[in-house]
Formats: sequence, structure tokens, C-alpha cells
Amino acid sequence: MMKIRRNQMLTIITLIVLVIFLYWLNAHRHQNGMLVSVLTKGVILSLVAVSMNLLNGFTGLFSLGQAGFMSIGAYTTAILLIPVKNLDGVYYMNGISPSIRAFKELVAASPQAVQILFPFFALLLGGLLAAFAAALVGIAVLRLKSDYLAIATLGLSEIVRAIFSSPQFDQITNGSYGLNKIPNFPVMLWGAIPSLITPFIIVAICIVFMVMLIKSSYGRAFKAIREDEIAAQAMGINLFKHKEMSFVISSFFSAISGGLLAMYMRSIEAKTFSITMTYDILLIVVIGGIGSVTGSILSAFLVTAAKEWWLRFFDQPLVIGGWHVPLFKTGFRMVIFSLLLMTVVLIYRKGLMGTNEFSWDRLIARFTKRRSAKGGAK
Amino acid sequence: MSMTTILQHCLTGISLGGAYALIAIGYTLVYGILRLINFAHGDIFMMAGYFMIFALASFPWPIAIIITLTVTTLMGIGIERAAYKPLRSAPRMSIMISAIGVSYLLQNLSTYLFTAIPRGYPEIPFLKQIFQIGTISASFVTLLTPVLTIILVIILMLLVNNTKTGMAMRAVSKDFETAQLMGININRVISATFAIGSLLAGVGSILYFTDRMSVTPFSGTLPGLKCFVAAVFGGIGNIPGAVIGGFFIGIVETLLVALGYSTYSDAFTFLLLIVMLLVRPTGLFGEKTVEKV
Amino acid sequence: MSEILLSTEHITMQFGGVVAVDDLNIQIEKDKITALIGPNGAGKTTAFNVITGGYQATNGMVTFDGTVIGENYPRAKMKKIYNGSYKTPYEKQVVNTPDKITRMGMARTFQNIRLFKELTVFENVLIAKHCHIKAGLFSSTFTLNRAEEQKMQDDTAALLEKVGLLENKDDISSSLPYGKQRRLEIARALATGPKLLLLDEPAAGMNPKETEELSAFIKEIKESFNLTVFLIEHHMNLVMEISDHIYVLDYGKTIAEGNPTEIQNNPAVIRAYLGDEEL
Repeated sequence: MMKIRRNQMLTIITLIVLVIFLYWLNAHRHQNGMLVSVLTKGVILSLVAVSMNLLNGFTGLFSLGQAGFMSIGAYTTAILLIPVKNLDGVYYMNGISPSIRAFKELVAASPQAVQILFPFFALLLGGLLAAFAAALVGIAVLRLKSDYLAIATLGLSEIVRAIFSSPQFDQITNGSYGLNKIPNFPVMLWGAIPSLITPFIIVAICIVFMVMLIKSSYGRAFKAIREDEIAAQAMGINLFKHKEMSFVISSFFSAISGGLLAMYMRSIEAKTFSITMTYDILLIVVIGGIGSVTGSILSAFLVTAAKEWWLRFFDQPLVIGGWHVPLFKTGFRMVIFSLLLMTVVLIYRKGLMGTNEFSWDRLIARFTKRRSAKGGAK
Repeated sequence: MSMTTILQHCLTGISLGGAYALIAIGYTLVYGILRLINFAHGDIFMMAGYFMIFALASFPWPIAIIITLTVTTLMGIGIERAAYKPLRSAPRMSIMISAIGVSYLLQNLSTYLFTAIPRGYPEIPFLKQIFQIGTISASFVTLLTPVLTIILVIILMLLVNNTKTGMAMRAVSKDFETAQLMGININRVISATFAIGSLLAGVGSILYFTDRMSVTPFSGTLPGLKCFVAAVFGGIGNIPGAVIGGFFIGIVETLLVALGYSTYSDAFTFLLLIVMLLVRPTGLFGEKTVEKV
Repeated sequence: MSEILLSTEHITMQFGGVVAVDDLNIQIEKDKITALIGPNGAGKTTAFNVITGGYQATNGMVTFDGTVIGENYPRAKMKKIYNGSYKTPYEKQVVNTPDKITRMGMARTFQNIRLFKELTVFENVLIAKHCHIKAGLFSSTFTLNRAEEQKMQDDTAALLEKVGLLENKDDISSSLPYGKQRRLEIARALATGPKLLLLDEPAAGMNPKETEELSAFIKEIKESFNLTVFLIEHHMNLVMEISDHIYVLDYGKTIAEGNPTEIQNNPAVIRAYLGDEEL
């Protein structure tokens, strides 16, 4: 009991520290541009990584369609949120479909409250569209077994990409020109939460939902399917129904993450959501540990920080005392990264966390053990 | 569209299909034995393109071709040894992730070594010679590809059906464990499979890129996935099936591009895959398997 | 004669040209223990799979608790190569997936134990309770079904106590010793609240002492859970000790049925197990 109390206290303190830190970061965002962008991208990727993990790690469905569902979210958010005054500039080649323009003008003319909530509505709509698409295709592809499912979902994501970049839809998606002038994250609670912190709040809500789902009876049924489909079915679990649930929910949150990514990047094109994107997310999930939510979150931040920040120097030519260090040039960072991934896959198969979740007890145990081990050595 | 243009496109399609067929065989062989989608296969094909560029820079073409094919084959075997062999007893998802990892590594490695800028593929003079048949004109490579593909497939079928290694390969693909108990050296058979698959991918690469004229680190991804679809379409594990699948996808893709639906040509392949998996998961020529409870 | 809980009529299961089960007609009385025996490859597990919905029979009908849960007749290609001995086709097609049949009150175990290996003993049993959940996905996620969830947990603990696995409740199920894994699999099946329990070789791989404990255990749960039991078994001592009625299968065909004494003296059964004397 005391332990539970202590852990709750520690969690609350950590959360408060995090919130204070975020507000501090918001105040000093101009000096810490790199930190802000790494944390924002990290938090957005952690959402899609957790939703991929819900499918791959908890339900045992090896799906590679994340990028496709993200693009549905990203495009919906972008199309709805590009300001009316920028429409002609963005759709300079083919113009925008009149009905979308009319709808956007209607929103722009509506009361303040509607306009404040509209970005959230756009995100939600993106999620719902992706969930709907997932529900439809799920009926077909969820009957497939492991690797066939992987390749079919990968194919689906390519189909989505082809549709978004096709000239037939260029009045909606602007075809291969992509969309830009997407507004930044909205503020929340009349400005009490600045736009920098908004993605953190949204992602936190989404991840908490998924964690609660995993802990619920339905989450346990998902795990049963992962462990042994035939036994799960013999225990009265409707395989299709539960797989479909997991697939739809995962797609919904992937799309939310895609919408946030569109707000973060300010411009998107269909190429952004290619197979490489799915592989990048898979890499995060694998490094974090397949079947660990905290592992995915941790790994999303670490991978993003390493890729965009800490390992940047690998891409720059390095000269030490007049000696030109070989190997260091553009692209070296990604090679190091791939090697890291292969090391995890081949040697540290469990990744950072395995199937475990973060717990204060384990962290404290680790520190006290290290200390006592040191003491013993003396 | 006139008859000549249609025939012209068909010819291009058959040629593309031939290259696809050669790559698809690699997928079908590996899947037949390891039940693994070798995601790295498309990237082996891409690497073969770069090998050819460098080999041709310093050697005459016959030697360059031999060098390219040898290095590609060795790379295929090497990848299997390094990335798949240690995971033989691991869950299937791990091996698949490892394959994706290798693909990721090869792409990043080639971006690093050769940069992401497309490299011009050298012309092998006799392959580019233009022939005029009636109103249709075609380069020699367009005519050579389907013929060479068929010849290679026939040789491969003879090997699989008549040699000891071929018999071992068939045994392993039927039942991995039992084959092992019967004293078949599994690792040798798997190496042989990867060698054959990579060799054919190397040949396919030369034919494909001679027509396409440039290589980038990502030019293996989509052809790779399409060829996997071709293998599934024909019935995975079935060599003639993969060949027919390859030709089919090559021809349809070319026709779609000719009709102005080029953005949909990739999507079509995947749509074909999904429909095929739903209607006839075993492919055109695959055998039906019953899962034991 | 008492009530019939499960009956099969003319069940034939054909894989390509192989007839695994041929014209199987069995009747399982309520509150009794019925056994299905026969040499290896006689088609016993196939019969189980047809009854529980894993396979759709090529021909025949399964009735459980007054409802037809499976019915089929040979169609299309199968019609041409149909080899079973009962030819008059049924007309309807009734298909139920295994999960639905489980929810109707029929639970099973597997020949080669199929536990949720990485999960704990407690979770294994708790998951089986999920099939009767009333709360939807959202109310369950937001823990709005607290009473139901609490009841599921309490029932699981009570069940584990009854089968003597409560002290192992937090162990990973695959780390249990073999005998306990078997017991856990039975407990998991019981958690779905079955009327009929199907056991596929529950004593496989057990020594005589363990087998004896198992037969006591089966009798015990039969009484305390008001079960009807249908089992496949090779251990003759166990079968003869606990069964009320026995069916003998060989090469897919029923060659004998009766009570244990009748079966022990049946020449056809002896022949099937020991072979013909005149060779």
C-alpha cells in the first residue's frame, strides 16, 4: 500500500515537473529551437508508435499500413485548416473544389466558438475517416495471416498514397503538388495552454485511452489473440470482432498523429507518407520493445533526438587536428541508424523494454542495486 | 490508339514483365523454404544496378556482367547468413522485421555511398541496338528479356526437378523439420536458394535498368513489392506461377501507364494482391493447405 | 433414458480423398461421462473439431442442447469425390464459429496444450471470462463496468482456488509444471461456464499417479460444476474407471459402443487395438 502511495506521488511529481518544463520551454522556445522541434516530433511519433504497437505488439497483427492512415488524418486536417485567404496560393495549379471552398468560407464566417474548436474537429474528423476506412478494409484483410496481412496493409497504404497524389483528385488534394500553409497547433483553453503544448496534451489523452483499453477486458482479449488465435477462439473470443476493434482504434490514432504531423510540418505531400515512413515507425516500435507502451514512447523521443539532433555530426565532415576523419559525410547517420536497428533485431531482441512497462519499483530497485553493488566493491 | 501503339506497349510490357518474373522467382523460392517475405530482395536488385555501373566503368561488358552477378549472388548469401540465420528459431515476426531492417540498411548504405541523386546506367551497346519489325521498333534488350527469362526458368526448373540440391529444396519447402531429420543440410539448401534468387535478381536488374537508364537507392522498393505480388498472384512457392505473375503485372502496368493512369499503376498491383488474397489466397497455381488444430 | 445434450448424425469429414471421420453417430447423455477411444489416427480429434466448429463437416449434423449448431452436405467438387458411407444429403447449411459454440456452453481443451503462454495463470482464466462480457469496448475501457469487472476477477480467483492453482496465480503459465498446465487448461475451459466439457487426451504424457489424480479431478469438477464430459483418451485405466459410455473409432468408422465392460469384451475393439490373430 505504501509503495503504491509512493509511486503515485512520484508520478504526480514527475507530471508536474514535465508541465513546468513545457511552460519554461514555451517561454524560451526561440533559444531552444532544436529541442522544441525534437520534442514535438517525438511526441507525435510516439502516438503513432503506440497505436502501431497496439496492433503489432498487443493483438499480434503484423500490420504495415500506418503511413496510409496517417496520411488520411494529415490530408483531412490540412484541407480543412488551410486559411481561406491562402487557398488560391496553395491550389495555384488546378484550383480548389467549389464545395470545399464554400464549406471553409462558411466556417470562417461562423461564430468565434466554432472557429476555436474547428482545428480539433478537423483532427477528429481525420481520425474518424481513417477509422471508417480501416473498418471497411479490415473486413477484407483481417482474415489474412501474419505476413500476408503485412504485405496487404503495406499495399493499402500505397493505394491511399496513389489516390492522394492522383491528378483525378487534384482539386481536393492538390495532386502531386502537396499542401502547404497549414496553420500551426491551436491553443487550448483560451490560451491557457499555448500552441506549443497542445500536441503534448492531445497525445497524452490518446495514449492514456490506449493504455486503459489494453488494461481492460478487451485488451486482455487482444493479448489472448496474440498468444494463440485458436485457443482464444475456443475460449469464446470472436476473432474478427476483436481484430477489427484493434485495427480501427489503431488507425484512428494513427490518423490523429498524422493530423498533428501536418500541423507540425506546415506542408505535406503524398510522398511524405511512403513505405519509408512506416518503416521508421516500425523501427521505433522495435527499438522500444514490441508489446511495451512506455517502450514505444521512450523510443520515439530517443530515435527522433538521435536522428535529428545528436547524430547530426555524423553527416558533417569532421576534421581533428588537420586530419580529415573518413566516413563522415551525408548519409552516414542513417547507416549508423540502420546498423543500430539490426543490432537490436539480431542481438537485443527485446528492445529497450521488452514487453515490460515502466515502473517506479523497477527503476528504484535498479538504482539501489547499483549503489549497493558499488558499496560492496569498496 | 492504333494497333501499332498497342503492340508497341505490349512488347514493352512483356519486356518489363520478364524482368519482374526473374525477381519474383527469388521471392517465391525464399518464401517456399523459409516462409519469409524477403523485403530486402528488391534492394539486392537495386544494389546489383550500382554494381553494374561500377563494374562497367573499369571492365568490358562481359566481364562486368560476370562481376555484377557474382557480387550480387555473394551479397544474397551474405545477407541470409548475417540477418536471417541467427533468427531461425525466432517468431516469424522477428525474421520479417529483420528483413525490413536489411532493406532499410541497404537503402541507407547506398544513399551514403552513392548519394540519392540518380546515377545514369551505362549503355551496353549491343543491348540498345534498335530493331525494326514492321512498324514496331524495339531495342534488342526488349526482345532479349522475355526470351532470356524463359530460358533461365527452364534451366531452373530442370535444376529443381533433377538435381540433388533441387530435390533437397523441394523437400525443405514441403516440411522443414522432417527434411532436417532426413539428413538434409538445411543451411546449404537455404544458401543455395538465396544464391539462385539473387543471381536471377542480378540478371533482372541488368535487363530492367538498361531500359530505365538510371538507378537511385530507392529504385528497388516498388519493383520489389510488385514482384512479391507477382509471386503471390502465381501461387507462392510455385516457379512457373511467379513467372506468369511477373509477366501479367508487367503488361498491365505498362498498359495503365499508356492509358494515362500512371499514378494508379502501383495501386493496381496492390489492389490485385488484396483481391487475390481474398478470392484465392493460394494464388493461381498454389496448393491448398489445411491448418491443423 | 435421460436427456441427450449433444448428438451427431452421420458426421463425415473428408479432406480431399481422405475420409477422416465416416458416418459418426453419437449421443451424449446429460450429466454423464462419455469417452471416445480408438487407435492413433482414428479421427477422434477431427470429430472434436467438427463438433466444436473448427471444421465444417462434409456431411451430417450436430445438435447441441436442442439447437442445430452445425449442418452441411457435400457440394460442388466435394459431391463428386464424396467417399463417406452415408449418402442422403442434408439440405441446410448451418455454420457456427468455435467462439459462438463456446458461448453457447461447450468448452474444450487441446491435445497439445494451448495456453496463453506469456500470460499469467490468473490472466489465462480471466480471459476466458471475457466471452460473456456485457460492457462494450468504451465502458470497459473507461472502467464504467466496475461491478462486472470485479465479479470477473472474483470468479476467477474462486475458480483457481477450486482447482488448486490459486498459489500459482501470478506465475507465467508456460512456467508451470506439465500436470498443472493441463489442469489450468481445464480451469480455463471451465471459466467460460460450459454445460459440456470436451477434453482432448487430458492424460497424455502423464504417469500413472498423475493419471489417477486426473481421474479424481475430472469426477470432482463434473459434480461441482454440473458438467457433462466428453473425452478422448488413450489411457484405458482412466477411460474404464470414469466413463459411463464409450464409443470406439477406427479408420473414421464407429466400430463399437457400450459401457466399459461391454467394450472390454468386444472382439472388434480387441482386433482394432491388437490386430488380427490369424496373420
